[in-house]
Amino acid sequence: MNGLLTSPLFGVSLTLVVFYLAQGLYQRTRFILFNPVFVSIFSIIGFLLLTRIDYAAYARGGDLILFLLGPSVVALALPLWQRRQQILERKLPIMAGVAAGALASIVSAAGTAWLLGASPKVVLSLVAKSVTTPIAIGITEKIGGIVPLTAALVVLTGCLGAICGPEFCRLIGIRTPTSMGLAVGTASHGIGTARMLEEDRLAGAVAGLAIGLNGLVTALLVPFLWLLFGLD
Amino acid sequence: MLQGFVWLLAFQFAGEVLSRLFALPIPGNVIGMALLLVALALGLVKEAAIREAAELLLRYLALFFVPAGVGVMLYFDLIGREWLPIVVGTLVSTFVVMAVTGWVEQWLGAKK
Repeated sequence: MNGLLTSPLFGVSLTLVVFYLAQGLYQRTRFILFNPVFVSIFSIIGFLLLTRIDYAAYARGGDLILFLLGPSVVALALPLWQRRQQILERKLPIMAGVAAGALASIVSAAGTAWLLGASPKVVLSLVAKSVTTPIAIGITEKIGGIVPLTAALVVLTGCLGAICGPEFCRLIGIRTPTSMGLAVGTASHGIGTARMLEEDRLAGAVAGLAIGLNGLVTALLVPFLWLLFGLD
Repeated sequence: MLQGFVWLLAFQFAGEVLSRLFALPIPGNVIGMALLLVALALGLVKEAAIREAAELLLRYLALFFVPAGVGVMLYFDLIGREWLPIVVGTLVSTFVVMAVTGWVEQWLGAKK
């Protein structure tokens, strides 16, 4: 039996079964808190804690699924290509939106945490939380935050945008597919993009674009802000 | 389908090579996305060649994030130590970013 747990079969099967069930639950209820990614993560963590199975045993299979994320990000070029005309028409609003959002992200995350009394290292770990994981890790390393904390917050931020991004946007009057896609993609990177692709093709395409743009802008903006305020 | 996967992996690989070679802060898969977009624009890769594979992956994009999310369990104690500023900061900032980004794009896009 023990051999089975250390084979990738365990992690792959557990992930697929749980995700399949979570998707069914969401399709039946359409209740936003039952977001399939969020429910799956929550359930698998619960299962591993209850059965006292090591994360490392799960990760042998989990890493195989995670691998597919790489080519999937490359595949985001397809909706972008298909919707290129609508996106090019709004290239200036899109660039301005990402630039404003990236700045708002850094200031609001660090500012709120600082006001609530977080230690300096924790404040620095929040700066890149809206950026896709590899870029976020690079930024946090450079400014001296806690890398694993940033990695965890990137996932939480992603889930948050996927759970209620489109609903929140509609609530505050963000209605066009490009503005909604850009908002959720800039705030919640890939996990938000996955949700937007289910909502609307153009919104999903713009969200995919926002992953790259926000990553680029934040990576450039953070060292600049640091220089400006003489932090370092 | 197979041809599509070959292209996607080739572009990811090229992106990884560039990212490492020039020590860029942008990950290889994001560079790969940009390269594939350029290749589509130049007609080096036909949309039909990648469509099936790309659609399949994008349909299950959400699934591929699950293992990374499970990894958060390793850092529960790290979050727990200062959970209030961490959780509130993340919540507030995520909503602020969505509002600012969406409003700016929508307002500038509606102007002309």
